[in-house]
Amino acid sequence: MSLQVAAHINSFLAAFVLLTAFGMLVQRRMYGLIHLFAWQGLFLSISTAIVGFVAGKHHLYISSLLTLSLKVVLLPYILHVLILRLRIQKEVETVVNVPLTMLIGVALVIFSYHLTAPVRELSTLVTRSTLAVALATVMIGLLMMITRRHAVTQIIGFLAMENGLFFAATSATYGMPLVVELGVALDVLIAAFIFGIFFFHIHTTFDSLDVDQMARLKEGD
Amino acid sequence: MPWQIDLASYAVSMLLLPVVLAPVIARNQRLLSAIAFMVASVSSLVMIVAGALTVWSGRTQKIVLLIGLPDLPFHLRLDPLSGFFLTVIGLLALFVSVYSKGYVKGILAKRSITSLTIFYCIFLAGMYMVVLSDDALIFLISWEVMAAASYFLVMFENERIENRRAAFLYMVVAHVGAIAILLSFGVLAGLAAGFGSFSGYTFDAMRAAKFPLEWATAAFLLSFFGFAAKAGVVPLHVWLPEAHPVAPSNVSALMSGVMLKTAIYGIIRVTFDLIKVFPWWWGAIVLILGLISAVMGVLYALMQHDLKRLLAYHSVENIGIILIGVGLAMIFTSFNMPLLAALALIAGIYHTLNHAMFKGLLFMGAGAVLHATHERNMEEMGGLIHMMPWTAALFLVGCVSISALPPFNGFVSEWLTFQAFLLSPSLPSPLLKLLIPMGAALLALTGALAAACFVKAFGVTFLGHWRGHHRPNVHEADWFMRIGMIMAAFTCLLLGIFPTILIGWLDTIPEQLLGTKIATTAGAFGWMWLTPVAYERASYSGPIVFCGILVVVLAAYLILHVRPGAIQRVPIWDCGFEKINQRMQYNATSFSMPIRRIFGFLFHVKEQVRISPQAAHKAFPKKLYYSLRVRDRFWGWLYKPVIELSFWVSRKVGRLQQGRIQAYLIYSFLTIIVLLVFL
Repeated sequence: MSLQVAAHINSFLAAFVLLTAFGMLVQRRMYGLIHLFAWQGLFLSISTAIVGFVAGKHHLYISSLLTLSLKVVLLPYILHVLILRLRIQKEVETVVNVPLTMLIGVALVIFSYHLTAPVRELSTLVTRSTLAVALATVMIGLLMMITRRHAVTQIIGFLAMENGLFFAATSATYGMPLVVELGVALDVLIAAFIFGIFFFHIHTTFDSLDVDQMARLKEGD
Repeated sequence: MPWQIDLASYAVSMLLLPVVLAPVIARNQRLLSAIAFMVASVSSLVMIVAGALTVWSGRTQKIVLLIGLPDLPFHLRLDPLSGFFLTVIGLLALFVSVYSKGYVKGILAKRSITSLTIFYCIFLAGMYMVVLSDDALIFLISWEVMAAASYFLVMFENERIENRRAAFLYMVVAHVGAIAILLSFGVLAGLAAGFGSFSGYTFDAMRAAKFPLEWATAAFLLSFFGFAAKAGVVPLHVWLPEAHPVAPSNVSALMSGVMLKTAIYGIIRVTFDLIKVFPWWWGAIVLILGLISAVMGVLYALMQHDLKRLLAYHSVENIGIILIGVGLAMIFTSFNMPLLAALALIAGIYHTLNHAMFKGLLFMGAGAVLHATHERNMEEMGGLIHMMPWTAALFLVGCVSISALPPFNGFVSEWLTFQAFLLSPSLPSPLLKLLIPMGAALLALTGALAAACFVKAFGVTFLGHWRGHHRPNVHEADWFMRIGMIMAAFTCLLLGIFPTILIGWLDTIPEQLLGTKIATTAGAFGWMWLTPVAYERASYSGPIVFCGILVVVLAAYLILHVRPGAIQRVPIWDCGFEKINQRMQYNATSFSMPIRRIFGFLFHVKEQVRISPQAAHKAFPKKLYYSLRVRDRFWGWLYKPVIELSFWVSRKVGRLQQGRIQAYLIYSFLTIIVLLVFL
């Protein structure tokens, strides 16, 4: 596979990652959200494997496998079980309406391209064009956390942000050292478990997972 | 061989023994108080030896401690100046520790004294370490240890809301001051060794450096602000009359007597030792603030009817008098007149010692009264001289000393301050020549008002008849308390009779700081006569005055008591009015009324007289209500706006706390975007 082809495939996958990010931003159904998240993880994993192949960094295969097992299989499964147990299949309500969220997302993508322009000029890596997409994915993840009210969607937003960061690491520097990546993967897994436990507690305390309920915890004047 | 400084560090570490032991023997409170106060007394004695011998020998000793931050070890130094302050702290700590043994007996019945003993020892150790430290780090650490320990001591009776408020106020002022001192040392250290390195943190490095005027001014103003907050200089004095009355009396004696003096030490150390070269207007600032503190302090004191509050305001006054001496010394130094500077500095530090002694004595006396009557309000006291003759006599000694009357010590130091004032016409600047003697007039006013105030304090508390409604079972102080007070009173007398010897001892301090001595002129006529500068100008002989007073008193006593029947006890003449009772006596409020009329504009006075409505005619009221509230104007001018501003800002900032996760996420999101755009 020539370098040119690899770069094209990588850009193609980056486009899919961004697409799934937008998809998550507008998806109202909880199941759809988890499926989109799993798809994003899959694209990420394939992209990592291709970058590893092209750049000859074999440890990226391990990262790719980790991503596949964690973000495509395990985390969606955990979230799925969580939703079943807590019976929250209903539609997710957003704070800001969907078209406006989309517009903000588009603005963020443009902003990311603008921001990474100097890096693209200087970098010689195959993956340099995808850095902007990675940054945009991070920002869209954060935007998703801001615009959603449900605690589970916030977690998915958080995990999407993590995906973006991972993508940025592979595209900017051909991935972090393996030790760091293993550590991050473990962190994400543990975070997912802790979130799960907290959700059960929040659910039993407030009888809902709407984070607006937690405003009651604020100290009064 | 530096044995004095070793001795001093042993004395400090000795104080840690009760702190470690306290949790172990906390069950046996009696034993704990015995051990703690005995150790404190012994360590103070050791400290007096170490300090006094250092001043006497005039040598400087240094050690570097093995502990400290990595690569920045702690330095200790014992020179005459710190030796003198060690002696002052040690003397009062000795008296108060003996006194405390008796004083805490009254507390033991009510509550546990474990925290009192622990923080008492830490407090003493902190004060010693402040004076001993020779680099900015350990100085600030000791300073904070001292402040924190005294905070807990003020908080000792923490179930009362006024105590908690007072302690909080004290903590705030102490920390604002500490920040200023920290910044000042930062400036000095940065200039001494460059802002890139840390080696400037030792005082030795700062001594060796030369500072540009503007930076030195910044450092001086910052440190003076910080130390003034601790010393209670007007207008930073508001914590003092709140914190001193609510602390246990032995602690108030130490706080007022010696803790404020560590601030004086700091001012002298930073200006005369670290910065060394300064313009005359620095001295003028110190002098003016000293004068304001002296006059305002005594006027506020006159308005009080709480005995310990009154004494607390007198600390403000006396700190003012000490600062007058220090300020004059600074002015004389900047005009290169070392002899006069030495005289003024001696006056200042002599008053430091004297104030420690008599204010300690007075607070101990007030503590004895409080211990016996459970009352701080003078309006409810009276006639205590019959029930507590020892306390009354010793309190009187303190009153005479603080009122600057011979033969006691207060007179000598204020007299020296006057001499320094009256020598200022030799200054080259005509403006100062005219203005400074006016300060002498203010100082004289202060002395007179202080005397009036202590006539009131002593008269209302100890003379007359009991003014309160119900009369408690009053008992004399026990022997520990008496011995503590007797030692302090005796020191007051000795310091008043033999000033020449003491000045000879103190002389190494101006020699170290200013390079000159005054003993050659002050003691030119031997130990009998004190003749600062020249004998034609002024001279004072403590022993002769003392003998004269003794002869007069003895003669009066003999005339009255030798002849039988010369003294008769008869009913009080009631001016023809029949039912005279104890409520018709002069009390604290009525005694100070004339002065309140004259100086009322300086206070926030709210006076109300209300006649009860159920009278047959306006001219014959059944009951009369009188209420008087005198408040500090500085509170409204300076503190209230700051407090309101900080509340306003906190309320505005508090809006940020929405309680909604989305809002917090938006904050971080916007922060990231802003950082990405601009960096």
